[in-house]
Order: sequence, then structure tokens, then C-alpha cells
Amino acid sequence: MSIAVAVGLLTAAAVYLFMQRGMVRIVLGFILASHAANLMLFAAGNVAYREVPYIGGAALEEQADPLPQAFVLTAIVIAFAITMYMVTLAITTTTDDDTENEEESPAKVLYGERRPRPVGPPADAGVAETGDLDDVAVKGISTDSGEIAVESSEDETGERK
Amino acid sequence: MNLAEILPPLLPLLVGVPLLLGAAGAAVRKNKLARHIISMGTLLAIFAFSVLLVVVTSDGTILAHRVGGWTPVDVGSEGQTFEIAIPFVVDALSALVLMIISILGIASVMFAMATHEARARFFHPFVLVLMAGVAGALMTGDIFNLFVFIEVMLLPSYGLIAMMGAKLGAHGARIYVSVNLMASTLLLVGIALVYATAGTVNLAELHGAALDDPAVAIAGGVVLTAISVKAAVVPVHGWLTRTYPMTSPAVTALFSGIHTKVAIYAIYRIYSLLFDGDERFLWVALIVVSATMLIGVLGAIGEKTTRSILVFHMISQIGYILIGVGLFTTLGLTAAIFYLLHHMIVKASLFLSTGAIEETYGTGEIEKLGGMLRREPLIAITFMAAALSLAGLPPFSGFVAKFSIIRATLEETHYWVAAVAVIVSVFTLLSMLKIWTGVFMGDEPKDLQERALTYQERMHGKRYLRVEAQAETPTLTVGPPTSTTLAVLSGEQEVKVPAKLIIPGALLAAVTIFFGVGAEVLMSLSATAAEGLLNPEIYVEAVSGA
Repeated sequence: MSIAVAVGLLTAAAVYLFMQRGMVRIVLGFILASHAANLMLFAAGNVAYREVPYIGGAALEEQADPLPQAFVLTAIVIAFAITMYMVTLAITTTTDDDTENEEESPAKVLYGERRPRPVGPPADAGVAETGDLDDVAVKGISTDSGEIAVESSEDETGERK
Repeated sequence: MNLAEILPPLLPLLVGVPLLLGAAGAAVRKNKLARHIISMGTLLAIFAFSVLLVVVTSDGTILAHRVGGWTPVDVGSEGQTFEIAIPFVVDALSALVLMIISILGIASVMFAMATHEARARFFHPFVLVLMAGVAGALMTGDIFNLFVFIEVMLLPSYGLIAMMGAKLGAHGARIYVSVNLMASTLLLVGIALVYATAGTVNLAELHGAALDDPAVAIAGGVVLTAISVKAAVVPVHGWLTRTYPMTSPAVTALFSGIHTKVAIYAIYRIYSLLFDGDERFLWVALIVVSATMLIGVLGAIGEKTTRSILVFHMISQIGYILIGVGLFTTLGLTAAIFYLLHHMIVKASLFLSTGAIEETYGTGEIEKLGGMLRREPLIAITFMAAALSLAGLPPFSGFVAKFSIIRATLEETHYWVAAVAVIVSVFTLLSMLKIWTGVFMGDEPKDLQERALTYQERMHGKRYLRVEAQAETPTLTVGPPTSTTLAVLSGEQEVKVPAKLIIPGALLAAVTIFFGVGAEVLMSLSATAAEGLLNPEIYVEAVSGA
């Protein structure tokens, strides 16, 4: 029962984390999801038997099933390796992240490149005087095709708060 | 000595040798030539070994070996004995798939060597580890080992897909890793459920388990769902079209033949053994494959680059291949296996021939290309042959494959599936025509030459620009210009696809013509493989008696 509850909680938490935009959070979600899968695999051998599965170590009917334990060990190693790879992918690339704002990229945070976010129209341009909503500060983001997609920064700040 | 007795203990070599030589290749630091030789040598050896396996298994023999060599214990059901060793089994289906995959590996690596992509230190080791994983996944007789070998196959592909990351950005790699990790986790859950309900993960022991016990059937359903994600079956196909165009043409060609096809192989194997071809679930498969065919080909309509069109077609072809599962008759399975083998070759040929253009002219966008028929007649012929084969026109293998698939559906009176197959065929031909008219016909864009040179300079440095420098030297010829000076002045000699880029794709196109003309041989081999899937008892016997 406790394993079933744990699997449920881990899966729910994993799904919640998958819904986030940041790559690092998604990676954390994958860690939880793989834990849930490992627990399930572990539960596939009857967990009521808990003794060491060695001949002579315990009575035969109390020995745990060694096969799922071996499976779980393999699965943990694989999941860990891929998780590390995903973390590397998350922090090494900054330019075209499908899931995250540029400013929130872990690499930017790590290397201290985080600039203060422009609030409202910039002071230097004549744009500020017009006060027109269409003329607020714009930010260019290079996309795959090399075009410049223009976004209003005011919308973004509003969304984030 | 009988080959069928010598070969089984050698089967683990197919996994072990590429792994070890891959490591050796990674250890060779400076010597590019040594890496090339190690990689090509191993791939050719795998090809030779798989041809041997095809020859041995062509009469229905099944080679089985238990790695580890534990003594079998009696489990008490029908007098069969099983043991906790790792079973390696090769029948006609796995031998055929392995043979085609090794051909693809050779062609793709040749292409990568021609584009200098293979000079990267870890390219060849990754490919070899990939081949080791593929060989393992095709041979293993155990669902958990299937999972492990699929992971062995995937890990180097993560590396390969990210190797182009510096040029194309990494978000393709991110989607690829995320989706595959999710599918692997689901596969693991499915395996846990199978073990919990059936008490074993040995496929031979699981024979028919889903027929008797609904709980095992559900567990098997989870396994099949997870594998379907890896096979990119609609509705879980979205990742394929977003990741495969995000890497280099050589890697796309390699992946197109390997990952989804190994997953398809696993679907066939598991359905044949675990479900014993249970007819109660076949309507689900038929609906899914029809949707896959239709949605895949419709997706291609809106695409603008050659590679993304081809990737969408891959999805619709996966639908065709899986019709075999949906029918599960002798004719259906034979046709589907033939289709699988034909498709792997043709698709890779298309990726490589359009990839050659992409690597030379720097773009795969249809609008930015044109007039290639005059400029690159060899590639045009290669592409034409493979495209007509894909669409299913007579002299090529695609015709035999499609014709027998449709005949099999009609035989089972699934008329609507046959109708979908025919309609999708027409759509396939239409979008092949779209590439043909856009890339090969018409006039070439005025700035094509210039863009190609810029691209080559960026990718390869100044080496490719020598011819252009020649063209710029003032010609002081008096009198009528010779044909060479004319050619240089008009710019026709400057950028051409080098022959080494054309050869791999042309080689595969030749193979598809060979399959079309000599369809009888491959068809009889496919029939043997189908027979093995329909009668899993032989498989079970071979594993328990090994």
C-alpha cells in the first residue's frame, strides 16, 4: 500500500513538474517519474518477502525476489545517465530554448548575465513620449529561420508577475 | 560442421565486438584514418555476419543461445524448461532487419565521411555503440533486455543528434531526449506490470500469456504503447517531425532506418509472442495504422523543406508497415515485412540524395532550390528512383510491397483500410512531385551559386573556393572561347555535388531496384519470417531447447 501511494505521489509531482516551462524543472520531473517507475518495478517482486536473496541467508519463503532488484539497479543507472545528459543540455545551450524565456535560462543565471528587466518604455528613445501602447520597448529574439520576432516586453513582465 | 550449431554461441559477438571496437575508436586520439577503418571494418563485418544469419535462418531455423549458461530448471508447464539466463534468439525476421540496418549503417557512415562529419572524434564510436544496441535489441528474447538494449541504442543517438547542436541549436535534441526518456519510463512501468502479473519477462515463457490473463494483456498493452511512442505511431508521432530535421542528413538517414524500425520489430515480436496474434485487439491496430497513414501524409503538405516532408512520410509509411500487425495473416505479415525492409532502404536513400543537395547548397528549402535536374542529373535519377519506389510504382520494390499489402487487406475484407492505403499512396506521389518540381525542375535561383559558396566557406573553410578563384582570374583568350572557359565563365563548374556524396544514396537506390526486380527472393525470406511470427511455438521451442 505504501508503495502504491508513493508511486502515485511521485507521478503526480512529476506531471506537475512536466507542466513547467524551465528545462531544469522538467528534468527534475523526469527524476521523479523514473523513481515512480523504479518503485513499481521493485513492487513487481513481492515486497512482503524482505530477507536477503542469498542461498543460506534466509529461509527460502522469506527471501526477496532478486530479479526485480537487478532490474531496478539497471534502470536506475540508465535513468541517471540520461538525466545527467539532460541537465547538460539544459545549461549548455542558451540561444533557442523551446521551453524557457531567455532571462530565466540556467546558464544566464550561472554566468551572471542576468540583466535587469526593462520596465516600461526606455528613457532614451523618443518613443517614451508618445505613450502609445504599441510603441513600448521591443525585444528581438532570433528564431530558427533567422528572422527577428518582435515581442512586447511589457506583456512578458506582466505575465511573469 | 553444421552452421546452425556453430553460430548460436557467436551471437553475443554482434553486441560485444562493436561495443569494444567503439571504445577502441574513441581511444584513438589523433588518427582519423584509423577511426574510419575501425568503423567501416566493423560495419562490414556486421553486414557479413548478418548475411550469414539470413542464409542460415532462411529455411525457418531459429538460432538460440543463452548467455551466461545457467543450467535450465523445469518450470513445470508442458515439460518445457527455462532458466534465468539471457536468451539471444535469431530468426529470419531479426536476421533480415539486422542485414538491412547494417547496409544503412554503411551507407550513412560513407555519407558522413564524405561530409567530414565523421571526422569528429566520437562520431564513429557512437555509430558502433548504436549498432551494438540495435543488434542486441533485435536478438534478445527477454523484454527487460529489450529495454536495456533500446537504451544502449538511444544513448549514442542522443550524442549524435546533439553533435549538430552547435550549428542547428539544441532544442531538437531536448525534445528527442525528453520524449524518449518518457517512453522508456513507460516501457519500464509496462515491464514491471508484466513481471508482476506473469512472473517472468522471458518472451518465450510469456508465450500466449495475454490470451489467458486479461491483467497480462493490459500490462502488455502498456509495453506496446511505450514502444509505439518510439515507433512514432499517430497520435504519439509529434516528436519525430520536430527532431529528425534538426540534425545532419547523415544522422537523419541513419536514424530513419534504425530507431522506429527496431520499435516496429519489437511490436511485431511482442504481439506475436505475448498476445499470440490475438484477434480481439486487431481492430485497435487497424484504426491506429489508418490514422498513422493518413495523418502522416497530410502533415507533409504544409512542409517547406525536403527533409521535413520526408520525415512526415516516414510516419505514414510506419502505418503501412504496421498493417501487418493489424491483419496478422500470412499474406499480411509477409507483405508488411517486405514493406519494412524496402522502406528502410528507400527512405534512407531519399534522405541521402536530398541530403547531398542540402550539404552542398546549404539549404533544404524547396523555394530556395531549383533546376537541379540539369545541374545534378545523377542525384535527380537517384531521387526519382527512390521516390517512385516510395510512392509504389511498378519496376521498383515499393510496387511489390504496396500491392501485396493492399491485396492482404482486401483478402481480409478490410476495404476501408485498403482505400486509405490507396489514397495515401496518391498523396505520397503528390508530395514527392512537390519536391521534384521544386528542387529538380524549373530554373535555378540566381543567387544559388553565391549562397552555396558562402555555406561551403562557413562549413569547410576556403578549400571549396578554389574553383571560384579560377573563375575570377581574367581570361585573356583571344578568339572563340573554348567550352571549358565558357563553362567557367557561366559559373556552371563552380559548385557541384561531389561524387562521394552521391554514391551512398545511389547505392541504396540500386538496392531498391534490385529488390524490385528480384522481389521473389526477398518475398520468400519475408514469408519465412512471417511464418515464424504466426507460429511462435517454434520460437518457444528453440529458446527452451537451447
